[in-house]
Amino acid sequence: MLENIDLSLVNWSRAQFALTALYHWLFVPLTLGLSFILVIMETKYFRTGSEVWKKITRFWMKLFGINFAIGVSTGIILEFQFGTNWSNYSWFVGDIFGAPLAIEGILAFFMESTFIAVMFFGWGKVSKRFHLVSTWLVAIGASLSALWILVAGAWMENPVGMVFNPETARNEMNNFWEVLTNPVAIDKFFHTVTSGFVLASLFVIAISAWFILKNREKDMALKSIKVAAVFGFFASVVLIFTGDTSARTLAKVQPVKFAAMEAHYAGENNAGLTVIGFLKDVGELDGFTEKKVVAKIEIPSLLSIMTNGSKNSYVPGIKDFVYGNEEHNILSAEEKMRRGREARDLLFSYKEAKKTGNEVLADELKIKFDDAEFQQDCFKYFGYAFLDKPGDIVPNVPIVFYSFHIMVALGFLFILIQILAWFYSYRNNLDTKKWFLRLAIFILPLAYVAQETGWIVTELGRQPWVIQDLMPVSIAVSHVSSATVQLTFWLFTILFTALLVAEISIMKRQIQNGPKIEEE
Amino acid sequence: MYLAISHAFLQEYWWFIVSLLGSLLVFLMFVQGGQSFIFTLAGDESEKTMIINAMGRKWEFTFTTLVTFGGALFASFPLFYATSFGGAYWVWMAILFSFVIQAVAYEYRSRPGNVLGKRTFEIFLFLNGALSPLLIGIVVGTFFTGANFSINDMNFGKWESPWYGLEAVLNLRNLSLGITVLFLSRLLGLMYIVNTIDDVELDAKARKRSVINSVNFLAGFLFFVISLLVSEGFAVNPDTGEVFMEKFKYLHNFLATPLVLIIFLIGTLLVLYGLYRMIFTGKKDPIWFGGAGTVMVVLALFLVAGYNNTSFYPSVFDLGSSLTIRNASSSLYTLKTMMWVSFIIPVVLVYIWYAWRAINRKPIDRTEIEEQGEGHIY
Ligand code: HDD
Ligand code: HEM
Ligand code: HEM
Repeated sequence: MLENIDLSLVNWSRAQFALTALYHWLFVPLTLGLSFILVIMETKYFRTGSEVWKKITRFWMKLFGINFAIGVSTGIILEFQFGTNWSNYSWFVGDIFGAPLAIEGILAFFMESTFIAVMFFGWGKVSKRFHLVSTWLVAIGASLSALWILVAGAWMENPVGMVFNPETARNEMNNFWEVLTNPVAIDKFFHTVTSGFVLASLFVIAISAWFILKNREKDMALKSIKVAAVFGFFASVVLIFTGDTSARTLAKVQPVKFAAMEAHYAGENNAGLTVIGFLKDVGELDGFTEKKVVAKIEIPSLLSIMTNGSKNSYVPGIKDFVYGNEEHNILSAEEKMRRGREARDLLFSYKEAKKTGNEVLADELKIKFDDAEFQQDCFKYFGYAFLDKPGDIVPNVPIVFYSFHIMVALGFLFILIQILAWFYSYRNNLDTKKWFLRLAIFILPLAYVAQETGWIVTELGRQPWVIQDLMPVSIAVSHVSSATVQLTFWLFTILFTALLVAEISIMKRQIQNGPKIEEE
Repeated sequence: MYLAISHAFLQEYWWFIVSLLGSLLVFLMFVQGGQSFIFTLAGDESEKTMIINAMGRKWEFTFTTLVTFGGALFASFPLFYATSFGGAYWVWMAILFSFVIQAVAYEYRSRPGNVLGKRTFEIFLFLNGALSPLLIGIVVGTFFTGANFSINDMNFGKWESPWYGLEAVLNLRNLSLGITVLFLSRLLGLMYIVNTIDDVELDAKARKRSVINSVNFLAGFLFFVISLLVSEGFAVNPDTGEVFMEKFKYLHNFLATPLVLIIFLIGTLLVLYGLYRMIFTGKKDPIWFGGAGTVMVVLALFLVAGYNNTSFYPSVFDLGSSLTIRNASSSLYTLKTMMWVSFIIPVVLVYIWYAWRAINRKPIDRTEIEEQGEGHIY
């Protein structure tokens, strides 16, 4: 039932989820950001009535459409994949997790898809005002859809607003507001949406730079860069700010992920923040490898300050969470596993009593689940019951560490690019700065790298949990054969890659054709 | 705000909402039906382009309805979501694949630089058009004929057939529902073409095609309905939750809920009347009758599958594992929260209707497609 886990099934299921999610995420950020850039451009058209702005809007809108279609096509898989590949998970938490997904459909996707039709097909058919409103609603719809899916995602990392019901063997929602205002959800929403804004801004800057270098469509390119640079700059400020708040929240709700991001093995006071560094193996511990950051540039004490607001505060490391640290009141993984097993055994006894018809005993056991102390001391660690050894709680530190540092470094690089783009536009000498234009084109792929690494930090950093402390990925999977999942994994790989190739090629052609030439 | 609404009421309410979404989805699959004609109805390239553009302005609605249908099922009946998707893996995956290829096909088909070739995307459209109605019909068929799964005392499901859902295709009754939905969606597609494309030749061809498609549709429909009415069904004892077989269960359900029966009958008549107007008159409006009728018939079928103490997702492997709207639903709190959300649905319907009208005001014709004027042409 909850045992005999087929590791290869788990890993293929994870691989499939990672593949489809990473593909989806290649397109979503551009949708999120470009839709608002379109809003700005079309608003300019509406205000000035200038055909130039209309042409600009329509050019970027076409690129938007090409990107949007493939975003939708990769999204549908994700939605249903919770059922197809993580069916135990879907039951265990469906009572909470399903709601935001349904709301996303009702509130956001319909809004997006309805008004996108007006946006594309409405030119000349509906009034200018209605068209502009539609473009606004597409942008708002896209961000709303991000909001709801991120509420769902954040709940997995910091489960709140629910209580376990032993009768149905699942978690049930008892406070929707808490789910919605989950601090992780708020951080994630602002950070993720603004990351999309930043990517879209770099996208517009890069393509416009290409036009300027080619000496084509200069007017359009210069106007577009200006919009994108200003928009992107403000987005970057929020992005960096919310990246910081995300990390602070993590230090509280997912301390192991936080430690992994910094490759922080031994806890310390006055912990410094690594800016750049490399990992070196130190030695094998129980089920995980200890590493050390070498050749590093470090800002002294900053990690302590970030975590607790004071220089002298203690920042626990990975070893503290594995072995425990009494002085700082951290339970060892072993102890959590013991408590988790206690909770699990209680559930089993309850089920057994039910099965044998011993209602008296069943009622007695059931009452325990409602006990606040039991919830706090044992049930909270339910998921630990399914781990084999304490070392299992350690995620893949190198990937998380490098991904995190790449993302952060790129974040600072991007804001620099946006400042320069703004500055040169303001000085009206952008077209003479060939080096900058080339750099701007070169940066675009890095924007995608930053996006993907962001998710890798989030998702790999929370391993082994699919729901923090409550359910490890290994028991969340569907009972299908590993060969089945392998086959769908490869089918997705082939299909998505083919579609991606087509998308890039179409996008390139559309850009080369520029705004004037229509199809063919 | 405190409201004394019972769990049982909300379970029925949510079964109704899910059924409504399901029935709207079947109606909106006129898009798929239309896609299934692109190779056989269109005489030349511009006819093909007209058909594709007529459907292409609506595909997102169908797609979004499917996604919302999935989301609503997840939120309201998570045990169904977990059991069916996680078990009948291959059928669902086939459906999903067919939608993945659809979503890009419209936008990419006629774009320059499309490396896979125009034809590939047309094949994608055709595959989605033919496969998804067929398979969705087959899956819904298992609501009446049962599926092969078991559920343990932790409510974790397990599929008990190595075919992971593909076995449903071999059941004649499932297949007949699949065929019914396929031909119904094709008919609706033809009706939509007649309604929204302004072209004499296409109009005539579409009407002519309706005849044979009607015959196929009616054959499938009659077979399915008759076998449904005479078959045994999966009844639930409301006191113990025990599932048992009952003779003529679905007939009994219709009789026990006369309103549902009336919806079903009126719906059937409306579909037939739509076909009549399609074949025997030159009117542009059959889609309204066919569409409304489709929604009513499908709604009624969903309702008899779940209401009146019936198991809506029975297990033929282990009757005791069968899912009912009672044992598969979300908690009272979640259903109530979601009820508030569902009150937004009418608002959504209103703005969709408004936006459709705004862009459909002028029918599609050859000039628009060939001149590639201001619009966005697929
Ligand atoms: C353009 C992309 C981009 C850039 C430049 C940054 N981020 Fe980011 N980051 C994301 C795109 C992103 C993301 C893809 O949107 C993630 C993945 C999940 C999420 O919530 O946002 C993310 C996650 C993420 C997380 C993990 C959140 C979690 O696990 O819940 C942290 C701590 C940060 N970011 C911090 C930062 C900091 C301090 C940055 C400093 C500049 C930064 N990010 C720049
Ligand atoms: C794993 C979780 C996710 C699921 C289940 C999911 C599901 C979907 C689905 C089904 C669609 C197609 C909707 C349509 O019919 O138009 C879609 C598109 C979209 N999703 Fe996702 N998604 C996920 C992750 C995300 C995330 C994390 C974001 C944003 C932060 C996001 C933002 C969007 C947006 C903006 C669209 C609109 C079209 C586009 O992708 O370009 N999604 N998603
Ligand atoms: C579109 C943006 C997203 C990207 C790029 C992304 C990326 C990833 C990656 C790389 C993994 C693999 C981790 C591993 O197995 O080691 C993963 C797993 C997973 N993600 Fe995400 N994710 C995204 C959004 C979301 C959201 C919003 C949710 C929840 C609503 C979610 C739920 C999951 C689940 C259930 C798994 C599988 C279980 C696991 O391995 O932890 N993802 N994702």
